[in-house]
Amino acid sequence: MSYRATPVPDDAPEKITVKGLEFYYGDFHALTDITVGIKEKAVTAFIGPSGCGKSTFLRCFNRMNDLIPGTRAEGTITLDGQDIYAVGVDPVDLRRRIGMIFQQPNPFPMSIYDNVAFGPRLQGVKKKPDLDGVVQTSLERANLWKETKDILSRNGLALSGGQQQRLCIARVLAVEPEVMLMDEPCSAIDPTSVQKIEDLMDELKDRITIVIVTHNMQQAARVSDFTAFFLQEHAGEAAVLVEYDRTANIFTSPKDRRTEDYITGRFG
Amino acid sequence: MSKTITNAIALTLLWIAAIVTVLVLGTVILYVFVNGIGQLSLEFIFTWPEGVAAEGGIWPTIVSTMYVTALAMVIVTPIAILAAVYLAEYAIQGRLVSTIRFAADSLASVPSIVMGLFGLALFVEAAGIGFSMLSAALALSFLMLPIVMRTTEEAIRSVPKYIRWGSYGLGATKWQVVSRSVLPASMPRIITGIILATGRAVGETAVVIYTMGQAINLPVSPLDSGRPMTVHLYLLAMEGINLPAAYGTALLLMILILAFNLGARYFLRRNRKV
Repeated sequence: MSYRATPVPDDAPEKITVKGLEFYYGDFHALTDITVGIKEKAVTAFIGPSGCGKSTFLRCFNRMNDLIPGTRAEGTITLDGQDIYAVGVDPVDLRRRIGMIFQQPNPFPMSIYDNVAFGPRLQGVKKKPDLDGVVQTSLERANLWKETKDILSRNGLALSGGQQQRLCIARVLAVEPEVMLMDEPCSAIDPTSVQKIEDLMDELKDRITIVIVTHNMQQAARVSDFTAFFLQEHAGEAAVLVEYDRTANIFTSPKDRRTEDYITGRFG
Repeated sequence: MSKTITNAIALTLLWIAAIVTVLVLGTVILYVFVNGIGQLSLEFIFTWPEGVAAEGGIWPTIVSTMYVTALAMVIVTPIAILAAVYLAEYAIQGRLVSTIRFAADSLASVPSIVMGLFGLALFVEAAGIGFSMLSAALALSFLMLPIVMRTTEEAIRSVPKYIRWGSYGLGATKWQVVSRSVLPASMPRIITGIILATGRAVGETAVVIYTMGQAINLPVSPLDSGRPMTVHLYLLAMEGINLPAAYGTALLLMILILAFNLGARYFLRRNRKV
């Protein structure tokens, strides 16, 4: 396994700070006592066995869980020091600042151009030259421009799975988010495309903060600067954050026995 | 009995059932075709019926049918889509919504002759619109509304949650998600529903016989009365006025409805291919 060449400094500021988070789906207590600081302009990976709540936790950051009836979050999550669950915070505004990539590439059934222009148009950008510019820049940043510049009017669904996922990344980049959440972005695409997306994450983190949920430990080791290991120890119990550290430490000298067991493949 | 024999018998029965179904349909189509094809000509389509025996063509009835169908479609589409959006996206799912849904399904199964009677009482008489395209279109829209509303609702519900999430994730408001992601994604199926409901309206007789009148007119204003193809066909055949022309009308009507159904299929396919 290879680790990141240029380490994020210890004094890098925290972009997102989570304190004492409890999360509930109705009566089910899904996450308990989660405290973690996500460093700015770094890649943070959430790992853990299926059902350990890592995706749930990720969706707290852009309040996507609000869309699921009966969910409830306690504790605080701050973005640049501001509580995102405070009264008066509009989740719609929050989601413009915190973009999200899903497990299943989800281009809209419309042209490649319209997919990328979707976010800017939501915010009222109408002029063609402005949109053209955003579309090109975003596709370039997503390393998809060369492949698509001549077929911008083609339906986004006509692309391959890997290209679709990069189209979704371009679509998110078009709204200039500060944070990009990636929920198992590579689990539904082919290995060559996975490589491309991992390279892309490396380039993007110069400007944005990335949090990725992955069940693939090699991937976490390859792409991330920090790793958080989540675990639901017994069925029906709330999941906990077992260990959070620099990725190199997690994979070479984990402090917690459970982390060690997981990364050496003893369970999960 | 051995498994092979059971299997063979079951297979044979299934085959027979399938063949009977196709045969019935084929016989009807063939019968109308054989009897009607002699009538079909440009003259039959584009000229007026003349004299007591309704010799000549059926042009005004074609126009009346198209007119009333188009008008009904214009009335139904916005109402049905808005209602479906409300039911699928906004209404809190519970007893009220299931009641509305049940009402819509019931509306779809009301015998059309009852709907016609209702249209006569409400639009022709009470509202004073008289026998007209408008009365007929309003009455027809009662028939079409539940079809379009339910297919639209199903179409909206079948939009994958990933599409919605993607839209929300870009900072879309609920209305933006619905209007810019969900509706466009479900549009092929919505349009298919509209086309199918339109096909139903084209073939509808009972409703229009009560509400459009029988006068052979070329309707211009929505308040003009007229005689649709189905009613023309009914009168020609039942009163023994001109049986060949009745078959010609029937054939034309079937071609029209077939065209609508093929149109719906084509539309759905073309969009599925991407």
